[in-house]
Amino acid sequence: MLGLRDYLQIYTGIEIIKWDNQEGIVAMDSQDLPDILAYCLEMKPRPIWLTHVVNDERQLGNDFCLYLILHFPDKDFTLTLVAKGIKDEFPSLSLILPALNWSEREAQDLFGLRAVGHPDPRTLVLHPGWPKNFHPLRKDYKTGKEYKSFKRGPLVFPEMHGEGIFQVPVGPIHAGIIEPGHFRFYVIGEPVLHLEAQLFYTHKGIEKLLEGKSLEEGLLIIERVCGVCAVSHGLAYCEAIEKLANIELPRQVLLWRTILAELERVYNHIGDIGNMCAGVGFALGNANGSQSKENLQRLNLEFFGHRFLRGMVVPGGIKSVPGPKDSQEILNRLMELANDFEDWIPLLLEHDGFRQRAVTTGVLKTESAIDLGVTGPAARASGVAYDWRELHSHLLYPELMVKSVVEHNGDVWARLMVRVKETRESFRFLETLLRKGMQEAGRSSYIMNTFSNKLIPWQGAWGCVESPRGTDVIWLMLDDKGKIYRCRIRSASYANWPAVPLTVPGNIVPDFPLINKSFELCYSCCDR
Amino acid sequence: MWSILLRKLKMGSLTEKHEDSLIPHKSSDLPSNFRKSLQIRHLDCGSCNGCDWEMTALGNSLYDHQHFGIDFVASPRHADLLMCTGPGSTQLVNAAHETYEAMAKPKWVMAVGDCAIDGGVFKGAYASAGGIGKVLPVDIKVPGCPPKPDDMIKALLEFMGRKSVS
Repeated sequence: MLGLRDYLQIYTGIEIIKWDNQEGIVAMDSQDLPDILAYCLEMKPRPIWLTHVVNDERQLGNDFCLYLILHFPDKDFTLTLVAKGIKDEFPSLSLILPALNWSEREAQDLFGLRAVGHPDPRTLVLHPGWPKNFHPLRKDYKTGKEYKSFKRGPLVFPEMHGEGIFQVPVGPIHAGIIEPGHFRFYVIGEPVLHLEAQLFYTHKGIEKLLEGKSLEEGLLIIERVCGVCAVSHGLAYCEAIEKLANIELPRQVLLWRTILAELERVYNHIGDIGNMCAGVGFALGNANGSQSKENLQRLNLEFFGHRFLRGMVVPGGIKSVPGPKDSQEILNRLMELANDFEDWIPLLLEHDGFRQRAVTTGVLKTESAIDLGVTGPAARASGVAYDWRELHSHLLYPELMVKSVVEHNGDVWARLMVRVKETRESFRFLETLLRKGMQEAGRSSYIMNTFSNKLIPWQGAWGCVESPRGTDVIWLMLDDKGKIYRCRIRSASYANWPAVPLTVPGNIVPDFPLINKSFELCYSCCDR
Repeated sequence: MWSILLRKLKMGSLTEKHEDSLIPHKSSDLPSNFRKSLQIRHLDCGSCNGCDWEMTALGNSLYDHQHFGIDFVASPRHADLLMCTGPGSTQLVNAAHETYEAMAKPKWVMAVGDCAIDGGVFKGAYASAGGIGKVLPVDIKVPGCPPKPDDMIKALLEFMGRKSVS
């Protein structure tokens, strides 16, 4: 990474705050950001976008700051580009890295800054209808009862003209037990020409709510950003805190955290496989998937106290660790479920009707996946070998020697196959980890209470975890009282949603539920 | 086909509670013709997805809500009960009202989960109403974060004037 370091030094106003083998933090003028980002993206292998954070640091004398975090996969090196001193506008980077499209529009909405040169003038997070100059993430904006002053305005959609073109509006409330979002299909005959997805109906203002909260209060909220990725979000949050406190964790904690992350992956993947069958009305597959998921969630409840594994991961430790006897029981039950999985999965994979619906449906091209910064099974199904468990050395993943499961067709079937193979892998990892857990007996709980005075204030730290839907990133800054100053949540769904509408044109409207379910994105952690 | 049949034979019936284990409970406010079959519309008002997944779980073979006469319908026009999750996110409030208005009378609203009841952990967020009760008239509350499928089934059966023995 020294070449990059030398290159950066040709810019005046560059300040290298930190540079070691794992991590670099470099401050610069916001006007130099486009050039530097373009240079970084030219490097081989191409770095991965982790998160984009805007922070109001006017109280610290830095005006608004922008943090852009890139990860260089071959060196496992993370570079944070910091642009300080932003007054009311910053140069848009979306044309260089389209993945930043949503983040920049979000910064415009919530901070009232202007991304100069951004191609899409519409608001994103805040729908039309909020009071003028409502920019809740500015520190001087004291939020109160704004929800009472919201008057719904008309949403803006592109117009389309031509013979035989018509629009099919769907949502925000859907026919089923699903989260809300509005989809507008531009259709010519049966095939879809274009799809616009209007999300952020479940936007609650969590990032603002987190500000000023203690770390424990923060954890409760973070675990509820996404109901089914509670472990991943909690882990990413704890990782950020542990970085700020500079603490090393005992091996047992790392081990059980890895087990929890894999348990979450297994129950989600199996549920998602079942749900993909629901997307085509294939009841047999759906029934098997959902009952398998139910059994896994019951196991979660029995041994970890919560069906969604909430409350287990705490900053600096883990709440309770099952003893050897319970571990053996968990292992037995998991192996039974793994055998059951092998029993029913052929019913699905060998079903011609299902296969016909899934193959060549909803293709996400490799280039689009890379440009949009798509992550998780969706990226791996499009030939992007990107799995945070493999790329970054953390938890016990290096010992498990994780290899990204890659498929190349980018269609619904490929996303299904990635999940199927990853489920098998996760069962295997769980077996290894549980056996290790039984051999290396430790305490029954690890809660560290002594790190609060070690927390470094006013410094950003990121935590990153591969959730079942892709990489979740949490960026955290604390104030000098140990309270949250800014917390940015970039969930996998947030990164992946912009890619979904691209995969629909050319398919017919009835294929959309299947395509949507094959991405299996969460609206809640995208909208926050 | 043989493999499916064999699997079915091996597994037997998975559904846990049966119609005959139900006893009449206390008197219900429901008109008698609603007590045997209840049609539900789900409405997500900004939940974290947890309650929604637990509601989806009601349909799996282990709970199987349909054998209690409970079903989820695709349109509010067909629904007797609106099961609401989430604290009532501001940008969805209009749609929530429209959904409620579209239901035929008589109609009821159930607040599912802590944040639907009083905002839960999202209390005080700028784009949330702090409970679905601030948006729609709530008749029944099911606490929990999220409530377990068992709790939901119990609440629904109780609402229908029935009670499960187990």
